[in-house]
Amino acid sequence: MSELRDLYQEVILDHNKNPRNFGKLDHANCQHEGFNPLCGDHLFVYLILENDTIKDIRFEGSGCAISKASASLMTTVLKGKTKTEAKELFERFHTLVTSNMDRPVDSSKLGKLAVFAGVREFPARVKCASLAWHTVQSALENDPNIVTTEYNGN
Amino acid sequence: MSVASVIHSETDFDVRKIREDFPILKQQVHGKPLVYLDNAATSQKPQVVIDAITRYYTLENSNIHRGVHYLSSQATMAYENTRTILKDFLNAASEKEILFVRGTTEGINLVAQSYGRTFFKEGDEIIISAMEHHSNIVPWQIVCEQTGAKLRIIPMNERGELLPDAYEKLFTPRTKFVSIVHVSNSLGTINPVKEMIAMAHCYGVPVLLDGAQAVQHLTVDVRELDCDFYVFSGHKIYGPTGVGVLYAKQELLEKMPPYQGGGDMIRSVTFEKTTFNELPYKFEAGTPNIVGGISMTAGIRYLQSIGIEAIGAYEHELLEYGTEVLSSIRGLRLIGTAKNKTGILSFVLDNVHPHDVGTFLDVEGIAIRTGHHCTQPVMQFFKVPATSRASLAMYNTKEEIDILADAIKKVMKVFS
Repeated sequence: MSELRDLYQEVILDHNKNPRNFGKLDHANCQHEGFNPLCGDHLFVYLILENDTIKDIRFEGSGCAISKASASLMTTVLKGKTKTEAKELFERFHTLVTSNMDRPVDSSKLGKLAVFAGVREFPARVKCASLAWHTVQSALENDPNIVTTEYNGN
Repeated sequence: MSVASVIHSETDFDVRKIREDFPILKQQVHGKPLVYLDNAATSQKPQVVIDAITRYYTLENSNIHRGVHYLSSQATMAYENTRTILKDFLNAASEKEILFVRGTTEGINLVAQSYGRTFFKEGDEIIISAMEHHSNIVPWQIVCEQTGAKLRIIPMNERGELLPDAYEKLFTPRTKFVSIVHVSNSLGTINPVKEMIAMAHCYGVPVLLDGAQAVQHLTVDVRELDCDFYVFSGHKIYGPTGVGVLYAKQELLEKMPPYQGGGDMIRSVTFEKTTFNELPYKFEAGTPNIVGGISMTAGIRYLQSIGIEAIGAYEHELLEYGTEVLSSIRGLRLIGTAKNKTGILSFVLDNVHPHDVGTFLDVEGIAIRTGHHCTQPVMQFFKVPATSRASLAMYNTKEEIDILADAIKKVMKVFS
């Protein structure tokens, strides 16, 4: 059960139960959809961008605890960040959840996102943790396609 | 409940002995004994199936048909003998009605492309049901695109049972085909297929049954059912992946053009004209999955040695026990509560997503499936994004259901 506690940390359970910045954002000037049809995780992110800065960000949707908590925590760290800073954080987060188990986690620049370090012990759950982040990236890059982090058919 | 009492209550059915025949069940997962409850996705394989594969490659391997040497005739005999076993298993009239395919999916695609594409016209109607697996939806949508035919859907109630009156109302002079699932993979419902076939035949419409979740749990007699096509997969009936069976009435196969062209399916080939081989070879282009056919029937013979009736009765006892145990968990809702069903326990939990359930159960050594089970329309009907599904086989025990229930309670506590 110790790996499970690494994955489902109290912070994650809390954000799953009480997601922050949850709901539609009025006057959003940038939004995007993320959908993993196999497991049913489905979310929308809404942003207000001003001069390349994320003035406000919210999300709504349904999904597993990992995807919901990841989206919730993401909104709390991205608010006030520039596009470039958001991209850097996304890359750090992505490295965190996909890195090899042997590699020590450099949590110095991750802040509260470090609670997702346990995800790398569960390769099947990486797609859950990363869905919201990929969705925001696509929003910022004006990618027209709905985001998915599932690639295994069906 | 102790293991001893479980075995005592199942005196007619020695589950402990059966478990001995499945080597994979002896292993531990995450330090816990494996509790394998993902049988609707694929069943585990008994030693006799594993041995059949080894024996074939050790002693018999050769390409079948047309070989004059010893090994080729041995392999041909072994392979063609499986067709006879399969004919008897389904009670088909002749070996000519038994076609080897890659699995249920390919069997349905074969019928859709060979029969459907030939005989469907613009405006024709194909009836399927609300509980079909994607493999019994998409091939028909493709042939509808190609021919201009349309799909009609038999609705179901909230228990997951098809509505017979609504079914009858779907028939029109344009109805050309019915394709329905015998047993639902996500709900466990056993459909009243005999009556449904009889009704379709009143309108002169042929019927295909998707038997992927049926043949391992109940006796299937294609002549008693009077179905026109019946399909199933080897790997869900204790055999290997990549092989399955399509049964079809000979008179229909005679009318249908080949599905694929190539070796083995021809009688003579010139650049001007090719004549096709007789049944069933007309539909079997290329070197088949020889070891797959042979080992699949080893699995079927194993199943027959235990007795399909005894298996069905035992699995029903497990299902009743599982239904009782899971229903008593507050906050758990069973999806699929038909009166007549096989050992499928699909469920959703208040406040816990199936994916999280799956991860927690995995750590306890329990293998279940979470997701839409390739039946997205069923998920839409029940307004859930996904379910957790425990699916039973003859080697499961009440003790394993207790382990499942305890693990579910643990998950719910973490998320409460």
